[in-house]
Amino acid sequence: MIPEIGHFALVLALALAIVQSVLPIWGAARNDVVWMQSAVWSSIGQVALTGVAFAALMTSFIQSDFTVVNVVENSHSLKPMLFKISGTWGSHEGSLLLWVLILAVFGALVATFASNVAVHTKARTLSVQAWITVGFLSFLLLTSNPFDRVYPAPPDGQDLNPLLQDVGLAMHPPLLYLGYVGFSIVFSFAVAALIEGRVDAAWARWVRPWTLAAWVFLTAGIALGSWWAYYELGWGGWWFWDPVENVSFMPWLMGTALLHSAIVTEKRGAFKSWTILLAVLTFSLSLLGTFIVRSGLLTSVHAFAVDPERGLYILALLAVSIGGSFALYAWRAPSMEGGGLFRPVSREGGLLVNNLILAAATGVVLFGTLYPLIYEALSGGQKLSVGPPFFNAAFIPMMLPLVFVMGLGPFLSWKRASSRHVALQVRYVGLLAIGFGFVLWYALRGGPVLGYVSLALAVWLLGATLREWAFRIQLFKVPFRDAMRRARSLPRAAHGMALAHAGLAVAIFGFVGSSVWKSEQILFVTPGTEITIAGFDVTFTGAEKVRGPNYIADRGALEVRRGGAEVTTLFPERRFYPVAQSNTTESAIRSTLAGDLYASLAEPASDQAGANGAWTLRILYEPLVNFIWIGSVLLVIGGLVSLSDRRLRVGAPGRRMQRAPTVPAE
Amino acid sequence: MVRFLAFAPLVIAAAFGGFFLWGLDGDRDPNAIPSVLISKPAPEFALEPVPGLDTPGLARADLAGAKGPTIVNVFASWCVPCRAEHAVLTALAETEGQTLFGINYKDKPADAVRWLNELGNPYERIGSDQTGRAGIEWGISGVPETFIIAPDGTVLYRYVGPVVGDNAVATFRAALRQAGSLPVDGG
Repeated sequence: MIPEIGHFALVLALALAIVQSVLPIWGAARNDVVWMQSAVWSSIGQVALTGVAFAALMTSFIQSDFTVVNVVENSHSLKPMLFKISGTWGSHEGSLLLWVLILAVFGALVATFASNVAVHTKARTLSVQAWITVGFLSFLLLTSNPFDRVYPAPPDGQDLNPLLQDVGLAMHPPLLYLGYVGFSIVFSFAVAALIEGRVDAAWARWVRPWTLAAWVFLTAGIALGSWWAYYELGWGGWWFWDPVENVSFMPWLMGTALLHSAIVTEKRGAFKSWTILLAVLTFSLSLLGTFIVRSGLLTSVHAFAVDPERGLYILALLAVSIGGSFALYAWRAPSMEGGGLFRPVSREGGLLVNNLILAAATGVVLFGTLYPLIYEALSGGQKLSVGPPFFNAAFIPMMLPLVFVMGLGPFLSWKRASSRHVALQVRYVGLLAIGFGFVLWYALRGGPVLGYVSLALAVWLLGATLREWAFRIQLFKVPFRDAMRRARSLPRAAHGMALAHAGLAVAIFGFVGSSVWKSEQILFVTPGTEITIAGFDVTFTGAEKVRGPNYIADRGALEVRRGGAEVTTLFPERRFYPVAQSNTTESAIRSTLAGDLYASLAEPASDQAGANGAWTLRILYEPLVNFIWIGSVLLVIGGLVSLSDRRLRVGAPGRRMQRAPTVPAE
Repeated sequence: MVRFLAFAPLVIAAAFGGFFLWGLDGDRDPNAIPSVLISKPAPEFALEPVPGLDTPGLARADLAGAKGPTIVNVFASWCVPCRAEHAVLTALAETEGQTLFGINYKDKPADAVRWLNELGNPYERIGSDQTGRAGIEWGISGVPETFIIAPDGTVLYRYVGPVVGDNAVATFRAALRQAGSLPVDGG
C-alpha cells in the first residue's frame, strides 16, 4: 500500500507541475495577479507530494519491504539502520526522486520567501522551475519508477554496494544535489529574465543568495565526496580527475564565476549578458553531470545502473532545456545594453580576470572529460583515455594567476583603482610570500619548482586576505576595542569573503603538500616485516579475522614508532560483504595537522600466502592533507556567513541608493 | 558581431549534443579500452638494468634486434597476481625457448632482486621502470600485462592481467602461435 501511495503522490505532483508550468507565466503575460499567485500554492503542493513519495520510499527501505524492486536491489535486512535510510538515495531511481524533491523544495522556497522579487519575474521563474520539474518527474515515472513491485517477493535483498555503506557517502549525494539542483533556481531566474528581456541590479540581487546557497552545498558535497574517496577507496588520494568527479567540479567552477560576476551586475550594472550566460551554463553543466553519470557514456569508477534508453530521455531533456535557453539567449542577449565603464585596473577588471580564468578552466575540464568520446567518434572507434597528467598540466598553471589576482582583487576599488596605492598596501605580504617560498626551497630542496611557487602563492593569498580584512577594521591602527566594533559593523559578506578566500589558501597548502611531498610504498608483508616511511618505523604484526554486522573482515595490525617511541597502532581492514559478494578496504589513518600516515591492505598474496599471513600493504605519508578539509570547511563557513548578510535578505534598495558611492566594496 | 557571438553557446551545445547522441549507441562499450599499440611499432624507451641483478637492461632496440618474436612482461614484486603468473612465464621461457623480457614496474630494486631470487629469474633482459614512465609509453593499465612483439618491433598482442589458468594460458599460447613463435600443431 505504501509504495502505491508514493507512486500516486508522484503522479499528482506531475499534474501540479504541469499546471504551474503554464498558469503563472501566462498570468504574467496577461497581467493576471491570481494566475501568477497560483504558483505559490502549486509549489508548496509539489513539495508536499514529492515529500510524501520520498517518505513512502524511505518507509519501504526502513521496513525492508522486499516486494519493492528498488529495495530488493539496494538493501538487506541485516544492514545497519543508517544505511537502510541512506539506501533510499543509493540507487538511480531513489537518487532521482531526491533530485526532484530538492527541485521542488527550491521552487517552494522561492515561492514563499522571495517576497522582494517583482511579481512578474517571480511568476515566470516559478513556471520555468516547473518546466524542469515536469521533465524530471516524467523521466522518473516513465523510465525509472522507484515503486515498481516484484512478485514473488525474494526472501532478502541484494544489499547496497558496500562501498556506499559509509556515513560520509550517506551525506554526499544529498549535499551534492542541493548544490546541483540549487543552481536550477538561478537558471530559472535567468530564463525568466531572458523572457522578459530585462536584466538589472535588482535581478542580480535576487539571484545572489540562491547562487551562494547552491555554491555552499556544492562545495560541501564535493569536499565530502573527496574525503570519502580518500579514506574509503584505499588509494590514498583525494582527487582522481575521474569523469564523475569532473562533472561535479565544472558546475562548481562556473558557479564560482557566477557568484563573482553577479556582484558586478548588482553593484555596477555591467556584465549583464555574461552573468545570464553563466547562470544558464552552471545549471547546464549540472544537468550534463546528471546525464553523464546515468547514461554510461564515459568510463568511470562511479557506476550507476546504465541504460541507453534513460540516457536518450535525459539527452532529450538536455536538448530542450539547454538548447532552448541558449536559443533564447542568442535572441535576447544582444539587446541587453552593457553598463558601467571601468578601467582595466579596477574591481570590475579583477573580477573579469577571475571570470575569464574560471571559464577557461571549466572549458579545459570539459574538454578533457569529453575528449575520449569526441576522439572515439571522429577516429572511427579508436579509444584513448585522458588522465591526471593532462589535467594537472593544463589546470594547475591556470589556477596560479587566479590565486594571485584573488589576493589583489579585494584591494581594488570599483571603476578605477590606483595601482600604486594597492602595491603599497600589499608590498609586505608580497615580500613575505616570496621569502617563504625561498626559505622553504632552501629547507627542503626536493620536488618541483611549481610546488614552491604554489605554496608561496597560498601564503600570498592568506596574507593578502588577512591584510585586507585588517585594513577594513583598522586593526592595530585604532584601539583594539574600536577595531572590534568596526568588525561588527562590517557587512557579513565582507567577513564571508575573507573566510572563503582564506579557506582556499589553507586548502592549497593541503593540495600541494599532499601531492608534491607524498611518500608512498606498496609492498608485500608478512608478520614481522618492518617498513620505514617518512621518519616512521612501522611493523606489520599480522592480520586476524573479525566479524561485523553484515561483513567479515581481515584486520591487519601495524605498530608505528618514531625514534623508538611508540606512536600508535593502525588497524587497516579488508572487508568482505557476503550478500553483495564484494570487498572494500577500510584504510587506517593516523591524522595530525602535519600529515596523515595512511595504511590500507590489499588482498593476500595468494591463497597459500594468505594462509601464512602474507599481505600486500599500501602505506603512505601525505603531508598537510588535512588542510584540504580545514580549508573546505572555511569555504563553506565563509559562504554561510556571507549568506546571512542582511543585504541579501532585505529587498533591493532603489536605484538612488545603489548609486551611492559610500557603500564599501566587498 | 554581438549577435553572432550570442549564437556561439547554442552552436557549441548542439555540437556536444551530436557527440552524446552518437555515444549513446547501445553497442558501444566505453569500458573496453583496447591497446592503441596493436599492429603499431612498440614505443621508444630505454630502461636501465635493475641494480643488483646481472640481467641487462631493456630498450626499444633490443626488441627489434631479437631473432624471433619476443614476450615483454610488465611485473612488480608488490603485484600479487605476478607471483602466480611467474611460473607460467618461466615454463614458456625455459622449456619452450621463448624470448622473455621484463619491465619491472614502479618497484624498489632491492624488492625486485629479493623477489627474483626467491622465485627464479626467467627474464633475458629486465628494464627497471621505477618512475612508471615507460609504463605510460606502453599504455599499461595495471600490472601484470604481457605483450608479444614481432622481430621488427611491431606490437602483435597485448594481454591485460595475469596469464594464469587454463583459459588464459590457451589464449596466450594461441597468440604466440599466430606470432609464429610456437609451432602450429599441438597446444
